[in-house]
Amino acid sequence: MTALLTILIDGVTYASWLFIVALGLTLVFGVLKILNIAHGSFYALGAYAAASFVGWGASLKLAPSFSLVAMLLAAVAVAALVAPLTERGLLRMFYGRDEVLLVLVTYALFLILEDVTKLVWGANPYYVSEPYSMFGNVDIGTQSWVGYDFVLVAVAVVVGGAVWWGLNRTRMGKIVLAVIHSEEVASSMGVNVSKVYALAFSIGIFLAALGGALTAPMISVQPGVSVGVIIVSFAVVIIGGLGSIEGAAIGALIVGLARSLAVHTWPVAELFSVYIVMAIVLMFRPEGLFQRIQARKI
Amino acid sequence: MGRHSPGRLFAGGVLLIVLLVAAGALMPKWLTFLITMAASHGLVSLGIVVLMRGGVVSFGQGLVFALGGYAAALLFNKLGVTDALLLAAAGGVVSALFTLPFAPLLARYRGIFFAMLTLALSMVLYGLLAKVDVLGGSDGFNMGRPTLLGMRLPDARVGYVMYAVTLSVAGLMALVARVYFDSTRGLVSLAMRENELRVEYLGGSARQAQAINYVIAGFIGGVGGALTVMSLGHIDPNFSYWTTSGEFVFVAILAGHQSVFAVFLASTLLEVVRSFSSLYFPNTWQLALGLFLLIVIRFVPRGLGSLWIARTGKPAREAT
Amino acid sequence: MSAAPLLRATGIEKRFGAVVAASELNLDIAAGEKVSLIGSNGAGKTTFVNMITGYLKPDAGSITLAGRDITRLSPRAITHLGVARSFQIPQLCAELTVLDNMLVANAVDAGALSFWRPARRPQAVARARELLQRFDLADHTGRRVAELPGGVRKLLDIAMALTGSPQLLLLDEPTSGVAAEEKYPLMDRVMRALGEEKMTVLFVEHDMDIVTRYASRVIAFYSGRVIADGAPAATLDEPEVRRYVTGTLR
Repeated sequence: MTALLTILIDGVTYASWLFIVALGLTLVFGVLKILNIAHGSFYALGAYAAASFVGWGASLKLAPSFSLVAMLLAAVAVAALVAPLTERGLLRMFYGRDEVLLVLVTYALFLILEDVTKLVWGANPYYVSEPYSMFGNVDIGTQSWVGYDFVLVAVAVVVGGAVWWGLNRTRMGKIVLAVIHSEEVASSMGVNVSKVYALAFSIGIFLAALGGALTAPMISVQPGVSVGVIIVSFAVVIIGGLGSIEGAAIGALIVGLARSLAVHTWPVAELFSVYIVMAIVLMFRPEGLFQRIQARKI
Repeated sequence: MGRHSPGRLFAGGVLLIVLLVAAGALMPKWLTFLITMAASHGLVSLGIVVLMRGGVVSFGQGLVFALGGYAAALLFNKLGVTDALLLAAAGGVVSALFTLPFAPLLARYRGIFFAMLTLALSMVLYGLLAKVDVLGGSDGFNMGRPTLLGMRLPDARVGYVMYAVTLSVAGLMALVARVYFDSTRGLVSLAMRENELRVEYLGGSARQAQAINYVIAGFIGGVGGALTVMSLGHIDPNFSYWTTSGEFVFVAILAGHQSVFAVFLASTLLEVVRSFSSLYFPNTWQLALGLFLLIVIRFVPRGLGSLWIARTGKPAREAT
Repeated sequence: MSAAPLLRATGIEKRFGAVVAASELNLDIAAGEKVSLIGSNGAGKTTFVNMITGYLKPDAGSITLAGRDITRLSPRAITHLGVARSFQIPQLCAELTVLDNMLVANAVDAGALSFWRPARRPQAVARARELLQRFDLADHTGRRVAELPGGVRKLLDIAMALTGSPQLLLLDEPTSGVAAEEKYPLMDRVMRALGEEKMTVLFVEHDMDIVTRYASRVIAFYSGRVIADGAPAATLDEPEVRRYVTGTLR
């Protein structure tokens, strides 16, 4: 029983992290129809920015709880600075082109950002460990978990709820939904699609950076953090269905639980379990579990 | 043929390979190694070009690269097969056999979904290889020195011999690829890339053509993996990682789908940038690659090959 | 007059939910006929064409080609038996040259594993050039299709369908989207090119002038049924046709 509980809790905590990270990716695809390989790079930027901001907070002798605010500010800063530059300066040049071509553009962006982060922050790792121990430990049964992990679960729920509410209950959200359904129709009804693209992209980047910022205390922030995140985010988003918020949540849960199950029962499968699920979903239900777009060609 | 006559092309290709092999005797070791890697990696990208000519881009050719490499390395270590040519062929055959059952499935996908499925498959292999200790786990394992036609290769000569073998095999595959591209099947692929509906209504099968292309790409990629392992002396699961696949795609996009020579040129360019960068600008070579890719996508979208082959498939200087 | 028809449709039924696309369709088309299928949108003409090419299967009934039952055959098999079609919106390979487009049909026939047969070998090129000549398209041989004007694309679309020397040619609205003053020249060219092959042609048309001028027989559809069948002038004058197709009867 405790084994099952462990698997469940591990799965859910990992899933929360996955959800926060992957949500931005699915949103950007849903609106702009771009599968953004550089999504992980923005995640890394968020982690690095958080490291810097928390560091500055510490050097200014601010209270430890400020570090949480610092992480949030870091994500906002990344989104505010990088998103408009990327969307307007780069992606806009390629709108309307083949979807695979756009993936290649984002791949080029990933390569560029890998080195940009190295140039700005150097190649040595950063550690932002203070916030991680801030919430103490939680004991459930015989196992002990770090409180921070559960905070992530709460953040995931809040973020998911906020995005859902924003899309479905606000006027701007309904406009975004219209663009998701058909950019052409929305445009002919007077929607400023450019602005919607910019907004959606900024939110997507913010969410990626937030994921990175929140993760910073759990890892050593160094070159290469983006690489693993990209591929696992893709898996989540493909499983759940490109462009679907609910899909991102379910996809995250599936991946989280699959990995947790593997880690605790069959460690060999830890890595490939995620990609097997991704491959199986692609083979049998390529649109993902929550259809939003048409899949294969046959 | 629309371009040069097949005879002239064949002769030109053979001549080029002979010249390069001969020149290799005069080159420093780092250069022959660089060109060897460019050629063996270029084969994987050539496989991607085969698929691109059918209208799809594979983001998971690391799968066949790893399969070919591990097949060669395991045959060497566990079964005592040491002949370089045999290992290269084995790498191709194993990869082709592995891709065969997946080919009909993949042939039903296009665009992003094809890319993602190939990516997923390569990552499944990566995940497997990284955790199976018998195969060395994430560290991989080493491979000894291959022999050639029964002859053992002394230290001083092995680099050059592998260079010659790799160039010859790659050159052969390149010529065969060119024949394939100019064949009736090659034209059906190109037509399918433009208008699948029409090909179907003319009595062709797009699915069949796609499947065949995928197996061919698998074979070529497997040979490339085997050749790489033999010169590198080492294999690890990263052969199947998505960033490795990404580099092969980079080269294919850079080269474009029209010229076989451009693929190897682009592959050499990547190797040069990679080698020199680690010496002189370690923190900016990926930046350079990324910018270069963007420039190519924006301004030379049909790849470097389009610089000397006109859109009509004829040499740029001969109009009509 | 030959005895057996080239194409025979017997008792064809086809429904899409509540929509009747074909009902009690019985038709015989003899070899060499130039038949025009007319009818307003949704009358069932295109459904009928799609059932002949094999992309739709009738709910009931059978279709035979030169005596052979093709009802359940795959579209590819039917194409290989000698049925070809052209498209209302020309379906071409935009980045390939006109010559290469013509060679594609030949390439498809070469078989799934012929990797060594050059696409541009002499016999194939000769056949392609000959057809292009017949359609007055020779001047465009080396040009990329993407650069061609609309009328030329229409002609190429039809010429491509002929490369396999089909027994039965289906033309889907050959003059739609073509400027009024270009319609006759286009159809003249097509019919002249076809005349040399003595081909059986079924063409779907909305322009009654074209129908009158080029068809030897007219079949009118309405709600999935054939409501008239005969020589153009007489058929177009029938009250049913005037009410449901040409709209010249109140």
